[in-house]
Amino acid sequence: MPKDIPSDSVGIVTPQLAQFNEPLTLRSGKVLNNYELVYETYGTLNAEKSNAVLICHALSGHHHAAGFHSEEDKKPGWWDSCIGPGKVIDTNVFFVVCLNNLGGCHGSTGPTSINPDTGEAWGGEFPMVRVRDWVESQARLADYLGIETFAAVIGGSLGGMQALRWSIQYPDRLKYCAVIASAPKLSAQNIAFNEVARSAIMKDPEFHDGFYLKHNTLPKSGLMQARMLAHLTYLSDDGMGEKFGRELQTEEIQYDFKPEFQVESYLHYQGEKFSTTFDANTYLLMTKALDYFDPAQYYENDLAKCLSHAQCKFFVVSFTSDWRFSPERSEEIVDALVEADKDVTYACIESEKGHDAFLIPIPRYIQLFRAYMQRVARELAL
Amino acid sequence: MNMNTTESPLRSDLEIIQSWVPEGSQILDLGCGEGELLAYLKSHKQCQGYGLEIHPDSLLSCVAKGINVIEHDLDNGLRHFKDGSVDTVVMTQALQAVRRPDLLLDEMLRVGKEAIITFPNFGYWRTRFYLMSKGKMPMSKTLPYNWYDTPNIHMCTFRDFEKLCQDKGLSILDRTVVDSNHQQRLAIKLWPNLLGEIAIYRVTR
Repeated sequence: MPKDIPSDSVGIVTPQLAQFNEPLTLRSGKVLNNYELVYETYGTLNAEKSNAVLICHALSGHHHAAGFHSEEDKKPGWWDSCIGPGKVIDTNVFFVVCLNNLGGCHGSTGPTSINPDTGEAWGGEFPMVRVRDWVESQARLADYLGIETFAAVIGGSLGGMQALRWSIQYPDRLKYCAVIASAPKLSAQNIAFNEVARSAIMKDPEFHDGFYLKHNTLPKSGLMQARMLAHLTYLSDDGMGEKFGRELQTEEIQYDFKPEFQVESYLHYQGEKFSTTFDANTYLLMTKALDYFDPAQYYENDLAKCLSHAQCKFFVVSFTSDWRFSPERSEEIVDALVEADKDVTYACIESEKGHDAFLIPIPRYIQLFRAYMQRVARELAL
Repeated sequence: MNMNTTESPLRSDLEIIQSWVPEGSQILDLGCGEGELLAYLKSHKQCQGYGLEIHPDSLLSCVAKGINVIEHDLDNGLRHFKDGSVDTVVMTQALQAVRRPDLLLDEMLRVGKEAIITFPNFGYWRTRFYLMSKGKMPMSKTLPYNWYDTPNIHMCTFRDFEKLCQDKGLSILDRTVVDSNHQQRLAIKLWPNLLGEIAIYRVTR
């Protein structure tokens, strides 16, 4: 192992590709005849195959949750703070699986993949995917890996919605479910933010109805606007105040419209970086999956009735300054679980990091999460 | 063998409470601390339930014990819970620390069929003597705080509590009075409001 890779890292990891040829009928009625899912695993699957943990990613996430792809990699996977030997999701105990969701742009079949019917990239024609379709495809990946039951399915934000969906879609295939900084459905305000983001992308002259690749271009400006807006909703007023305040880039104000305040240049940097590494069609699909998520709607809008089908135990966490999915949204889930007589542990963590807090190793969050995962290991005799 | 021999004995007030809880009942423990009572009721009496707690360290202990604990401020009522959704709502040594004990008592009996409540008695003779002789707010093993930093903002005596129950039309099913070591003695039974330091009540509507 290279000397600058920390000892509590899973080290160098190689993504794997799984090919599926059994048609997948999506909730929309469209059918994907075959598709690929890219995934990574950390740790070792035990002989009983009882120690597998599925990590579900959020809007802009992917399969690379921990470790490094090469010695030259500057940054580890997106949830490296929580996954590794001796870490919260301890790879000495658990076999961790993380995949890039269908419709993604990091290696799983999505809008940039070739549509076998046309021989060209799917582009704007890639079918809409819903959270339940992801769960279905994740279950097939579990079959492929020989995992009958997950010890836990874990996710933050949109990932938490997948974990919640798992608990009712495959109640006998998971023992524990961790739903972090999530919500049982989006509010009108959440949907509105998504629509502004989508509008920015679709109004970009380079969008070409989603077929920008055919035109050898990218709707960079639209995707950048979308990301800048979304990024704002991941931070809190206090958090931004602490990080940037009213600091300028230059000594004095310049009386022009170039980014002057540090917060402006930060947002531009984030937006620009994202606009060249993420696919705009995937962004549209992911936001739609978020908007459509509402498992209770099929149970007379009664979330308790919906969750009464679950058989697993739940760990729910929220963060005080998260206004995208506020603590009250997590508490809706908790209330429904209590009403449905389910095992649930809930904590609301003090933090000024906004929605992003779920990715940040805040001491109290980490302590509780670790204690819960140790409980999982103990109760499953791992 | 039923008993886990490595388990430390239950605190004596909790011992009394557990004896009032029927097997297999649904429990809600308000201010559940480190979850000792719930853990005991789960393993010895097949009870199910949730604890509500607000202190981070206590909450962490509950998680480590595998107790269903929900972070919640009791001053916000019990809105997680529907009417009559549990058998017994327990609250040990927290009544005097909430903003509106009377409203919380209503909430407890909205959610539970019965409520078990323990609180320190401000009518205890030592407390009375302390105030009379020193002219200062009483401090003791049971009440270790200064008047300005105490979480106990609504101290009451047994008589006060029973008056509240009477005003609300609640029935007192059981009442036990103990000293600070949670021992019951004959003299306490005779003059509870003077000699009892901690009260344990079981009430219903």
